[in-house]
Amino acid sequence: MANSQDRSQGRAGGIASSEAPAINTFTGNRALQIEEPLIFEMGQAGRCGVDLPEPPKVKDRLNGMRRKGDIGLPGLSEPQVVQHYTRLSQKNYAIDMGVYPLGSCTMKHNPRINEKVARLPGIGDLHPLQPVSTVQGALELIDRLAHWLKTLTGMPAVAMSPAAGAHGEMCGMMAIAAALDAKGERAQRKVVLAPESAHGTNPATAAALGFVVKPIPANDRGRVDLAALKAALGPDVAAIMLTNPNTCGLFESEIVEISKAVHTAGAYFYCDGANFNAIVGRVRPGDLGIDCMHINLHKTFSTPHGGGGPGAGPVVLSAALAPYAPYPWIVKNGDKWSVAEDGAKVDGVPLGRLKAFHGQMGMFTRALAYIMSHGADGLKQVAEDAVLNANYVMAALKDVMSPAFEGPCMHEALFDDSFLKDTGVSTLDFAKAMIDEGYHPMTMYFPLVVHGAMLIEPTESVAKEDLDQFIGALRSLTERAKTGTAAEAFKAAPLYSPRRRLDETLAARKPVLRWKPSNNPPGSDPMKQAAE
Amino acid sequence: MAETRYSQDHEWIRVEGDVGTVGITQYAQEQLGDVVFVEVPQAGRTVAKGEACAVVESVKAASDIYAPASGEVIEGNAGLADAPGDVNAEPTGKGWFFKLKLSDKAELGGLMDENAYDEFVKSLG
Amino acid sequence: MRYLPLTEADRREMLAVIGAKSVDELFKDVPASARLGAKVAGLPDHQGELEVERAFQAYAAKNVSPSTAPFFIGAGAYRHHVPSTVDYMIQRGEFLTSYTPYQPEITQGTLQYLFEFQTQVTLLTGMEVANASMYDGSTGTTEAVLMANRLTRRHKALISGGLHPQYRSIIETTAKWEGFKAQISKPDAEGLEDLIAAVDKETSCVVVQNPSFFGHVRDFTKLAEACHAAGALLIVVVTEVVSLGLLKPPGEMGADIVVCEGQSIGNGLGFGGPYVGLFATKEKYMRQMPGRLCGETVDADGKRGFVLTLSTREQHIRREKATSNICTNAGLCALAFTVHLTLLGEAGFTRLAELNHAKASQLADKLAAVPGVKVLNDSFFNEFTVKLPKPAAPVVEALAAKRILGGLPVSRLIPGDASVENLLLVAATETATEAGMDPFVAALKEVL
Repeated sequence: MANSQDRSQGRAGGIASSEAPAINTFTGNRALQIEEPLIFEMGQAGRCGVDLPEPPKVKDRLNGMRRKGDIGLPGLSEPQVVQHYTRLSQKNYAIDMGVYPLGSCTMKHNPRINEKVARLPGIGDLHPLQPVSTVQGALELIDRLAHWLKTLTGMPAVAMSPAAGAHGEMCGMMAIAAALDAKGERAQRKVVLAPESAHGTNPATAAALGFVVKPIPANDRGRVDLAALKAALGPDVAAIMLTNPNTCGLFESEIVEISKAVHTAGAYFYCDGANFNAIVGRVRPGDLGIDCMHINLHKTFSTPHGGGGPGAGPVVLSAALAPYAPYPWIVKNGDKWSVAEDGAKVDGVPLGRLKAFHGQMGMFTRALAYIMSHGADGLKQVAEDAVLNANYVMAALKDVMSPAFEGPCMHEALFDDSFLKDTGVSTLDFAKAMIDEGYHPMTMYFPLVVHGAMLIEPTESVAKEDLDQFIGALRSLTERAKTGTAAEAFKAAPLYSPRRRLDETLAARKPVLRWKPSNNPPGSDPMKQAAE
Repeated sequence: MAETRYSQDHEWIRVEGDVGTVGITQYAQEQLGDVVFVEVPQAGRTVAKGEACAVVESVKAASDIYAPASGEVIEGNAGLADAPGDVNAEPTGKGWFFKLKLSDKAELGGLMDENAYDEFVKSLG
Repeated sequence: MRYLPLTEADRREMLAVIGAKSVDELFKDVPASARLGAKVAGLPDHQGELEVERAFQAYAAKNVSPSTAPFFIGAGAYRHHVPSTVDYMIQRGEFLTSYTPYQPEITQGTLQYLFEFQTQVTLLTGMEVANASMYDGSTGTTEAVLMANRLTRRHKALISGGLHPQYRSIIETTAKWEGFKAQISKPDAEGLEDLIAAVDKETSCVVVQNPSFFGHVRDFTKLAEACHAAGALLIVVVTEVVSLGLLKPPGEMGADIVVCEGQSIGNGLGFGGPYVGLFATKEKYMRQMPGRLCGETVDADGKRGFVLTLSTREQHIRREKATSNICTNAGLCALAFTVHLTLLGEAGFTRLAELNHAKASQLADKLAAVPGVKVLNDSFFNEFTVKLPKPAAPVVEALAAKRILGGLPVSRLIPGDASVENLLLVAATETATEAGMDPFVAALKEVL
């Protein structure tokens, strides 16, 4: 495994000694790492980054409500603004920089053609409430994506408007509540079953809708315990919420039996589609008997993660739930598209509305560009390569780290922290040491059912040689940890990142959530402000 | 003479007359790590034994605190708002959560004494 | 396939390391009945960039781009000029392809802009604290109602007839399924509504919008006082955030929670999303806020840095007791917002607001001169309501046939209400020109 990147070809070089002492620079900067103040510490009255014309003189019609006093926004010129955000950007790790194995988040390549087509005039600049006669192409585009999502999942309907995965969960669970309502069973069916390994959004969503969340135990293979599930199913159960592939990176092998048991009990099956990337193009969730599933377009379909959103969370629905899909519905009559908005007659009884306008169009455009680029053949390959990469990582590390479950895994490899036992190194320390090796850490301490969990999702976007280096780095860290004398060094990691470990206790005990002039009194150095 | 009893949820209650002072144990604060926020019940609230009536938060976890006995809250520890770290430093002293006027002292019989609680903690490994 | 780096040789080597004969073996846990042998049927195969781009150009060609027609639609989404710097910045890979800053050591870029964003939001709204953004203004408004219900332990929200009808609709939907009461007022086209008398001891909150959906600018100070006297909260919604460059901020009126649609700054119209919700409140309510929060701290070397904080409110820790089920926010749209607002600064932002008000005033005067047309507003910012002598929906269609995007017929969002059938909602921003207004006015005369 390539553990060293020595490319000097033996050339010694004599210009500078490689053993120079560390220095404290005047600026606090370290070459490309520039210390950057807040915009509020840089602004000057009289500077502005835009040129706007003098407004024409008109009669004020503000009802006496004109703002008195300054807002307090800083003034910066355009070059200062460009430098500020460029410097900030250089303090971030990103998919564009390398392996970003954040399990459950599917940090795959974000193609730039997606960005280009989302910005085309006639797509990116449309107003959502233009007359429908002027947005026929936009409605067709949404319907085209809907067609792909329905076909790939084998489901008859899709609600496009949810803004993100959690919002899609809300939509799906509301549809289940609506279906129960229609059958007069809402009051009786108050229980939602979810495994303890579920994403936190699952219980949060169910509880918001007034359901009581009850855990389903897992078996020793990391899957739902079918017998225990059957025992828990009764006339009080509204639904099961299950992620598949599950949060341990495993396919629920008894899922068909699960869905049969759920339906026999008169309940619905909500599938959390966060991990759809592992099976896209290879398995249609509709064939597994689910009733609804949200799809995180920023995971499976490569819309940018953007520092935490925006997402998009369309929800595919079974025939039983389709009539309750929220407004808007995009409808085709002959060769004309229209939008059925609140109150409009449709072939169903919509549960209401979840979001203004028509959904995250900008994400639809990007996702469709990605889907068309791959096609049905390429998407199948996506799932296969994602699963292959994860299993390769698992196979290459299983002798030095401790896999939580027997393989094969799906798109992510889950390890527990038993290989770190008695080393004094924790999962957190191990992850922080990965930063110094140039990697974003894996997801840690999730799922909750595995002690000191480390969830590695390489995605299909990583080349084998990059995976080999990543594996080499982890093996090297493992060796260091197991010497038993490296705990101090691990606890000090990371050393080379723009910031070292941050004091989260201080942040939470005395929250400072905004800049104020008094935060940094004159004469204090805002870049080096000691803890209390 | 004050008497201290313990619950399986790692709360302690120190009883003087018909007033019980409630907090979390040394073991509980160690498990939580640095406490960053505590929400205590307001005076006048009536709580039932086993009811969630306070919340203690570390950076990465939030835990409910259950009333170890029934009664009316007569005081919440206002000092914790500015000094949540007291729960770590002195869990059985300055880090107390609230005081209850007990409505049924017989309920205390279901709680552990100090020796039994120590054994219980040992059994958790 | 250009996005997939593994070669056939790689795959064979990797399978050998794994000890599997084929990739099918890795899918052995999938029930045989659900395992597809071949690709999904009925869908086309992969395409090159050129072909994909052409397909999208074909979609675009079937739409009327606002840049090619006189344009006067608002109603919660506004057409503004976004400086080139904004789009360049948000497309830097370090921002575009990073995720939620779970590892603060290597995401200080995202965290610092979120801290700056939160500060900007508090300044604009006149509030004490703000979160790191919501999906958008519409969903944020419902989150504000839920927050008020939690804080007051009450379950009745009073909804103004000046609130955007789709925002209202989301509150109603949530009320229905989550179980609280949303008391809806009738559409307030004249801007005369007074909800003070309706506030009672069961009221958790009153939700108003300023400027209202119909464009009216109001002072809600007295309403805030009435809410507080009854133990209720005042939620002020702002769908046109540029108005805060000119108008008294909601915080100064006594608002308890302020929700804004931030699309106008930095974010294009995009056919309705993604946008960015701004969410601000008083410090004492901070722990009941939904969404992510960024806070200041120091690192192991004592240097200032930023982290996500107070996460115990959130679903990944609190699970069924979380303040909201929200996970993702609108990070990249928040970046676009903050970059644009930083470019504008105090001078640019207030000038932009003045320009909007001036353009809308010009248009209002021109429309008021059309026979049979009445401007309903005494007050407005950059949007107002006009009453036509006949139903507005066919008028707007007739204008569209002349390639003029002349406002929104109110009946589209409030169907089946005869009182709004003739109302047309018209907006003019800094992008409006005399050369666009005059053909609009002339065409309106023709189609009336």
